[in-house]
Parts: sequence; C-alpha cells; structure tokens
Amino acid sequence: MLYSSIGYYALILGLGISLILVYFSIKNFQNSSTLNTKILSFTFLQFFLVVISFACLIISFVLSDFSNETVFNNSHTTKPLFYKIAGTWGNHEGSLLLWLLVLTLFILIFFLKTKNQPLKYKLLTLIFQQIIIIGFFLFLIQTSNPFNFIFPTPEEGMGLNPILQDPALAIHPPILYLGYVGSSIIFSSALAATYLNLVSKVWASHIKKWIIASWVFLTLGILLGSIWAYYELGWGGFWFWDPVENVSLMPWLALTTLLHCIIVLEKKQVLTSWVIILSISTFTLSMCGTFLVRSGILNSVHTFANDPERGLFILVFLFSLIFISLFIFFFFHKSSPNNSNSFFWLSKETSIIINNWFMMYFLSVVLIGTIYPIFLEVLSSQKISVGPPFYHKLIIPFLIPFLMAMAIGPKLKWIKSNIVDKFYLVLFFAISIVLSFLIVKKFSTNLLINTILVSSALYLFFITLRDFFIRKYSNISQNIAHFGFSLLILSILLNNLFSSEIITNLKVGETFTSSKTKIVFKSINQKQEKNYKSIIANFSIENINQKIEDLSPELRIYNQPNIVTSEADIKTTLLSDKFIVINIVQNQDYFNVRYQVKPFMLWIWISVIVISFGGLLSFFKKEHEK
Amino acid sequence: MKNKLLLIFISLIFIIVFILFYEGLQNTNIYTPETKISNKIPSFKGDLFYSDETINSSNFFNSDKFYLLNVWSSWCVPCRKEHTFLMNFKESKKIEVVGINYKDKKINAENFLIELGNPYKKIIFDQEGIIAIEWGAYGVPETFLIKDKVIIKRYIGPLDEKTAKEIKSIIK
Repeated sequence: MLYSSIGYYALILGLGISLILVYFSIKNFQNSSTLNTKILSFTFLQFFLVVISFACLIISFVLSDFSNETVFNNSHTTKPLFYKIAGTWGNHEGSLLLWLLVLTLFILIFFLKTKNQPLKYKLLTLIFQQIIIIGFFLFLIQTSNPFNFIFPTPEEGMGLNPILQDPALAIHPPILYLGYVGSSIIFSSALAATYLNLVSKVWASHIKKWIIASWVFLTLGILLGSIWAYYELGWGGFWFWDPVENVSLMPWLALTTLLHCIIVLEKKQVLTSWVIILSISTFTLSMCGTFLVRSGILNSVHTFANDPERGLFILVFLFSLIFISLFIFFFFHKSSPNNSNSFFWLSKETSIIINNWFMMYFLSVVLIGTIYPIFLEVLSSQKISVGPPFYHKLIIPFLIPFLMAMAIGPKLKWIKSNIVDKFYLVLFFAISIVLSFLIVKKFSTNLLINTILVSSALYLFFITLRDFFIRKYSNISQNIAHFGFSLLILSILLNNLFSSEIITNLKVGETFTSSKTKIVFKSINQKQEKNYKSIIANFSIENINQKIEDLSPELRIYNQPNIVTSEADIKTTLLSDKFIVINIVQNQDYFNVRYQVKPFMLWIWISVIVISFGGLLSFFKKEHEK
Repeated sequence: MKNKLLLIFISLIFIIVFILFYEGLQNTNIYTPETKISNKIPSFKGDLFYSDETINSSNFFNSDKFYLLNVWSSWCVPCRKEHTFLMNFKESKKIEVVGINYKDKKINAENFLIELGNPYKKIIFDQEGIIAIEWGAYGVPETFLIKDKVIIKRYIGPLDEKTAKEIKSIIK
C-alpha cells in the first residue's frame, strides 16, 4: 500500500521535473553560453525519482502486496523469489517503467560523458530526449499505471505466465531495452545535430560510441530472446519470423547499417543524409515495434493486455515523433558542399554503400512481411499469415552477393583502391566451392543453390580467418564481427541442411523405429513442485551407431494460472543438439512426440556472441588506435 | 521545390500508414489456433501425388459419401500397422479413403504403397507439412472421418480393431 503510493507520486514528480527541465533548457539555449548547473541536478533528480518508483514496484512484488493491481495480476505467493523480482518487468506496466528507468539513466550518462561538444547541442538533445521521456511518463500514468489499487485486497495473486518464468527471460527485457533506449539517444542527438548543422566528423566520432553500445545490447537482447524461444516454446528452431521477432530485427538492421555509415562519416564528410535518416528510423522502428506488440494489433507473448487505448496513445506518439523528425530533416538538413556523390567504384565507401542497400532491402522485406497482413486485413478483411517461406525466398538469394561483398569490402581502402592479394582471394574462392560441394553433395535437393550459398559463407569465413593472421588489416573488431557473421550464416545453413525431424504419437511403452533412429518411450514420472505439477517422460534414443541417449522432456501444469507448458529436453554437444518435446493429446493416452536432431545449434549462439564481442572491442578501442 | 514535393509525398505516405494502423486497432483481434473437432473442413490447396493436378478444399470432397482422410508417411512405423485397416475400407462403396502424404520423400512413399498396397483413391502430396497444419493434425498417423464436408470424427494415432469397428458402424 505504502510503497505503491510512494512509487506513484515519484512518477508524478518525475513528470513535473521533465517540464521544468524543458523550460530551463529552452531558456539556457536562448540566452547563455554556460550550462545552467540546475539542469544537471534536475536530470539526476529525475533519474533518482524513477529509481525510487521502480524500487517500490520491486518491493511490492517481493512482499506480494496484492493491493497493487500489477502485482495481483502477475504474481503469486508460491512463486520463487527470483521470479517475483523478474516478474516486475515481466508485464506491460512494469516493463514500461523499466523502459523509463533506462531512458532517464541514459540521458544522465549522456550529460556526464559528453565533453567537447557545443552546449547548444547538449541542451537540444536533452530537450528532444525529454519529449520522449514526457511521452512515456504520460503513457505510464494515463494508460498503464503500475501502482493501481485494488480494494478489497485479494488474498492471492493471479501468477506470472509460466512460460515467462525462465532465467533467460528475466534478463532478456533489460538487455534489449538498453539497446532500444540507446537508440533514443542516437535519435535525439541526430535531430539536435541536424538542427544546429553539426553533422560532422567530430559529431560522428562522439555518437559512434552510443551506436556501438546500443548495437551490442540489441544484438545480445535478440540472442537471449531467441535462445528462450528455442528451449521454452518448443517450436524446435531459433528463428520463426514471428512478428515479435521481426520487430526486434528491424531496428537491428537499421542500427547495423547506421554503424557502417557512421564509420564513413567519421573518416570523410559524406553520407550525412544516410546517417540522419538511419538514426531516426532506428528509434522509430523500435517504437513501432512497441506499438505493434503492445497494442494487441498483433497477438504474441508480448501482448500482455489488449487495450486499444494504449495502442492509440503509442500510435499518436510515434507519428508525432516521425513528423517532428521529418520536419527537422527537411528544413534544417543541409548537405555539405563538398559532399560529392561520385565515389570511385572500387573503394571502401562504395562497398559500404552497397552494404547499405542490401541492408535496406532486407529491412523492407521484414517490414513488409510484418505489416502487410495488418494492412491487408484493414483494406479487404482478408486474413493472411506470412511465414518463413516468404522470407527465405526473398532473403536467401541476396545473401550470396552480400556475403561476397562482406568478404572483399573491408579489404578496400578509402577513396580509391586496388584489390590486393588477388591470389589468395581466388584461391579461397576455389577452396570454398569445392568444400561446400563436398558437404552439400550428400543431399540431392537443390544442389546448385545450396552449394553457392555454403561456398559464399565459407568464403567469408576463410577470408576473415586469414585476416586474423595478417597485421596489415589491423581492424580487429570489424574482423571479429564479420568472422562471427560468417560463422552464423554457415551454422544456420548447415543447420537447415542437416536437420532431421520425427513427429509421432506414442503411448508409454511403445517404440518408434525409423531407418536411422529408435525412440523408446520408457516411462512417466510425476512430481509435485512448489507452483506446478510436472510430468516427466523418459525416452531412450538409439542412433545407427548404437549410441543410446536418455532424454526426459517435461510437461508442467502450473496451478496459478492454470497453464500447461512443455519443457523440451535438449542434449547439446559441440556438433549438434538433440531436441525432444512432448505434448498432451486431448483425451487420449497418446503423447505427441517431436524429436529433432539439429546440427550446429550451439554455434549459432556462439557466433552471435562473437559478433557482439567484435562490437564490444571497438567500443573500448582507444582513440589513437583508430 | 523538389524537396517540398518529396516532403509532401512522404508525409502523405505516413498519414496513410497512420490511418491504416488506426483502423487496424479498431478491429483488434486475438488469433488463436483453432482445433478442428466436429467442424467444417479447413480450406486447403495442394498437389496430387500421382498426377500434377492441383486440388483445393471445395472440389476434393463430394457430399454424397463418407471420406476417411488419413495423414501418413513412409517413415512412420505405426502407419504400417494401421495400413491393413485402411486396406479393408478400400472395397467399400460407402466410404472413400484419401491420404495426405506428410513430409515424405516421393520415392519412399511409392515403395511403401507398392509393398503394402494402396488404399487411397487420391493422395495429396504434402512435402512441407503445410496442409497437415491446415487440418490441425497433431502428427502421423492421424485420421479424419468426413461427411458433407464436416469432420465428424478424428483419430489421433494409428487405427486399430476398435476404431475400425467404430468407423464401420458410423458409415452403416
């Protein structure tokens, strides 16, 4: 009760401080050339108030204070302490409060860390950032207040959605938010720089750190979500082109492109329009994602409640931001006079521009696949669902030139270049083709396209691998990231080519035999846990080489709320994952059994970590090494 | 001037997007996968196994007789067991057995039918497993009893003596 009140009033005060900050900043912007110290104190105070509010919500969850509506809806006394805390952001209201917390934290860090930049720029960034913060404060207080009271106080809560009770899910939102919200700083700063006509090399090297940091967090956040979906949802894969996944992929694609553009801008005063538009679109795409998953316009795990009012609020907010940025871009952006678009065809700039267009293509495919069904339904009330075949057909062919460009591009020099090391480039190309032909040959289907695909991925793999040993290409972080990417594509391709799946219905005691595997359904155990009952099925699986492995997938029947989840049992080895999951078949003694062998799963996760590690390295790279 | 036109054009696009999203919000819908029990047949489209003919839900079933739609695969061992029961229905005039060949290799499926006999009047070749999803099938084998384009009974797992008897009594 007490904590809810403190939390609520801290929020109101925080909103008030936003208004004060905007007022002071505008005044300071107009008159003075020195920073009004009050601004810094108020920024800190605002962050502090949101921390208090967030802490109050955590305490309410820990104490199971069911007079708080959010706690009542999402918690239960039998829930383990870890998930009581993680449950704070496992719901709509709490997660928005977390978002606000990161927003206020980042603007504080921005203020403390930004030196050598004009005062006006800092103030203007603060104003834009405060507009976003005010939007979120209003959204939280108006439509999604985490501190609503319920009277009379219920005895027991409704419980947290069991599929969210998982360690990966507990850290997935905070990490992802660090990435999303980081992009808000990029957004505000790009608008401020455009307004003041400051988009320059100096600005680029200053904002680059923010771009890299957001990019690393976003990458890791997506990875965590993907790992969770792999073992918890039991769909048996790592990426499903589900709208929820797509809305996190879109900002990632935009941000990755931005990362490459900012490098060019830092070296040469070009690509300014690209940088500004990408900075704007990264954040608006993040917001658009929030809109799509939170408004209930798409149905997903993230749709906590269907409330059109919330959707409308985000929609109006989102489009106001879009129009503000359009206005600023069109009226204040001046392309610099020395910005000649005539690059020499063989240079690093050209290769980055090629990269940009590929990324934009991938981005539009994902965007269309995600929102087209919504538009179609509005226009013709036709329901369609866009699935993996759409994305695969449109994306995979373009991966081939993309990978090739990725292998050769970084070798080129700025302005004008010749290809050096031609011998190695050709040699590796030949090796890749032969090797991939040998790998793919065993599988007769689509020999040609698969060979080309695998060889282009292998090519990038070899080239980047070799570059580790050459001192001339000393851009180690870029090399690590590209190497990780080749590893990722390679693992995904091999995973797709060599995966096998058996779906069948079995009773206890039955055996399923196919030419390669024998699945024996040995027995069933039941167990009573604190907040769920579990049914554990024991399988033994025998391969051709007589190796027997025991796998025990599980069904959990949660008491609060009453939901059945199925926990896959996965045996991970360096080369492949064995994945088994069971489901109840209604009113039958049969269990639906799905057994999959997925090669190189582990390498998919590892390669994403390698990619983000590359980004992390360049974040800590000292100035003089550049 | 050029810039202004572009600005107006882009703004227009965003306004249209806004309107579409706004309309989309009004008919908020929750999508839940339906389970098809005693229900109309789903709409589907597919290729036949022995010819290149494309069929769809409206022309695949006639309303004058019973249909037994069997989801099977050559790699599925329980399918072998139930095959004899399907063969028993082959000669019946009241019921027509049709199949969905699920995630299979064509050559294996053909050998399977040569070895055990072909009870199916028509087979839909469902290599990607998409048609089985339309039917909401849990796995292989699974069998649907259909009359007048309505699913009246569904059997998960292989058919056996008991279920075969039940089907016989229904179609009498």
